[in-house]
Amino acid sequence: MAKIFSKNESPLVPMPSEAYIPQRDLNKTPVLECRRLGINFGGLVAVDDFNLIIGRTEIAGLIGPNGAGKTTVFNLLTKVYQPTKGTILLNGQDTHDMNTVQVCKAGIARTFQNIRLFNNLSVEDNVKLGMHNSIQYGMVRGIFRLPSYWRQEKSAHERAMELLSIFNMEDMANTKAGSLPYGAQRRLEIVRALATNPCLLLLDEPAAGMNPSETAELMENIVKIRDTFQIAILLIEHDMNLVMNICEGICVLNFGRIIAKGSPEDIQANPAVIEAYLGKKKEA
Amino acid sequence: MTVKRISKNTRTTFITYGFVAAAFAVLQVLNSSGDLSPLLSGMLIPICAWVVMAISLNLTVGILGELSLGHAGFMSVGAFMGTTAAIALQRSVESAPLRLAIAIVVGAVFAAIVGFLIGIPVLRLNGDYLAIVTLAFGEIIKSIFTNLYVGIDERGFHMSLLKDRTDLLPGGKLIIAGPMGIGGVERISTFIAGFVLIMICLIVIFNLVNSRAGRAIMALRDNRIAAESVGISVTKYKMMAFVTSAAMAGGAGALFALNYSTVVANKFDFNNSILVLVFVVLGGLGNMLGSIIAAAALTILPEALRQFADYRMLVYAIVLILVMLGTNNPQIKNAFATCFDWLKGVFRKQSAKVSGERKEV
Ligand SMILES: Nc1ncnc2c1ncn2[C@@H]1O[C@H](COP(=O)(O)OP(=O)(O)O)[C@@H](O)[C@H]1O
Ligand SMILES: [Mg+2]
Repeated sequence: MAKIFSKNESPLVPMPSEAYIPQRDLNKTPVLECRRLGINFGGLVAVDDFNLIIGRTEIAGLIGPNGAGKTTVFNLLTKVYQPTKGTILLNGQDTHDMNTVQVCKAGIARTFQNIRLFNNLSVEDNVKLGMHNSIQYGMVRGIFRLPSYWRQEKSAHERAMELLSIFNMEDMANTKAGSLPYGAQRRLEIVRALATNPCLLLLDEPAAGMNPSETAELMENIVKIRDTFQIAILLIEHDMNLVMNICEGICVLNFGRIIAKGSPEDIQANPAVIEAYLGKKKEA
Repeated sequence: MTVKRISKNTRTTFITYGFVAAAFAVLQVLNSSGDLSPLLSGMLIPICAWVVMAISLNLTVGILGELSLGHAGFMSVGAFMGTTAAIALQRSVESAPLRLAIAIVVGAVFAAIVGFLIGIPVLRLNGDYLAIVTLAFGEIIKSIFTNLYVGIDERGFHMSLLKDRTDLLPGGKLIIAGPMGIGGVERISTFIAGFVLIMICLIVIFNLVNSRAGRAIMALRDNRIAAESVGISVTKYKMMAFVTSAAMAGGAGALFALNYSTVVANKFDFNNSILVLVFVVLGGLGNMLGSIIAAAALTILPEALRQFADYRMLVYAIVLILVMLGTNNPQIKNAFATCFDWLKGVFRKQSAKVSGERKEV
């Protein structure tokens, strides 16, 4: 029953990169388009021939076994690594010459698989750091505490509280980020990313380490975030329940290559995916 | 509960201001009534200078999270440039406090420029390069100033390296005389000026820390990759903190130098850079009050224990190692934490008894 095919050979699904943009986003410039993206680390081809289009308000999933290259894709999109091949178009604009900071300003925000918060700073300061580029006053105004300092700090505070309220975290505002429980740290990372005012939010295993009820709540909140902010979300996740329930398009990566793309139903039925996850099926 | 936590940062700030102001007031009163020992009264200005050095280095090490091993180099730049300015302005600026203020500003500006020049190549790199380069910088600046000749006459400033080739007109004056440094300095530094300088530095640091730029600086310390991912430019904010820190050290250098009649480059050597680092580590990274207390205590101690001064560096080394072990050892940390909790408990019980309040659970 299980088919055997070599890794380089395209399996069952043909891959038009734009195949699963939701209907409502079809006539708008996609928020993200990757063309033949690839990177090598020395001899290791971590990602190769990666094509993906994400619609303006799509929730897309990136799945695959450990070591498939999912996090590396995020690092390419945010220019932590410079791609060795291919192009990334963000809102139709080539990000070739941009660095991490510029990509952030252009609208990509992310969270990290191994949480990276500013541990010694308060939760509120972490969120305010997300707003760094939308707060305008400079160093001198800050030191002299001119009126613009007070005005902007006040509105930053209000905005931070508003964002924290998405996850009901307002009462933790003054806690040190490093001393938050694990789940709350993951949520804070999402809030901080949202604070940068992105058009594309990348979530790297947002439900990792969460219990089922936390995960269920997170699922609702991801959808809520998309609906309120009208942004696109690309998420890496191993929790299939979450992925299948909220993602509109899913892209499956194995050994750095896309092995399948499609709607949740397609993916669940795709033998290549099943094989990648479960290994070759043994004959009983 | 929440209200308490909100004020924690601000509280530390005001405790620090209060402590410095109170210490100044007490010392000033004792000093003017003649109740201070001559030893201590002669130490007041150097203490101020070292306190400024400690808090400024704490900005680089504790708040920015970069190691600098050449902080005395910036002090040296400030000392020489500030004193030169003071001497050059001797006639044109009558008021000594104003001349002192100008000297401190000149020292700070030059140190800031030097800090900026060092920062351009080094702060782009990640890793411990700053430590290595500042270490070298401290030594280089020392040998520059031991070989520098600067003179002034009516044609303006003249300078040369290695040999005195300033060719001053009659009536001109050689200010920096190579290995002899600067001699015959009018001692215009005052304790009040030292206090004002400390307060200015504290205000700058605390206000910076609680502003957008300061948050960005601390974000770089906590997690550079995350900081970049939210759009914080690494080089810009590292530079901002490093240059501010260098400028303060320059100001401290000018204050320090104008307290003595001679300035020589050997006063600002590697030992002093390490000494300032010891103040910072002992006082706690990022803890300004700690730095102030450590700097003051460790400046007085060797003078008070003159006969043991030979072992000074040995003791510092041991203390430094112990403190590092202590801060990294969870058991010792826990022991301290338990002590503190116990103390807190005692105080709370007492205050509860006094006010008849219900104990917080
Ligand atoms: N900086 C790097 N240098 C070398 N190899 C790397 C680097 N980053 C990732 N890799 C390799 O790329 C592959 C994909 O890793 P990653 O993207 O983290 O997988 P995952 O899909 O689990 O997130 C792994 O084999 C990993 O070892
Ligand atoms: Mg990963």
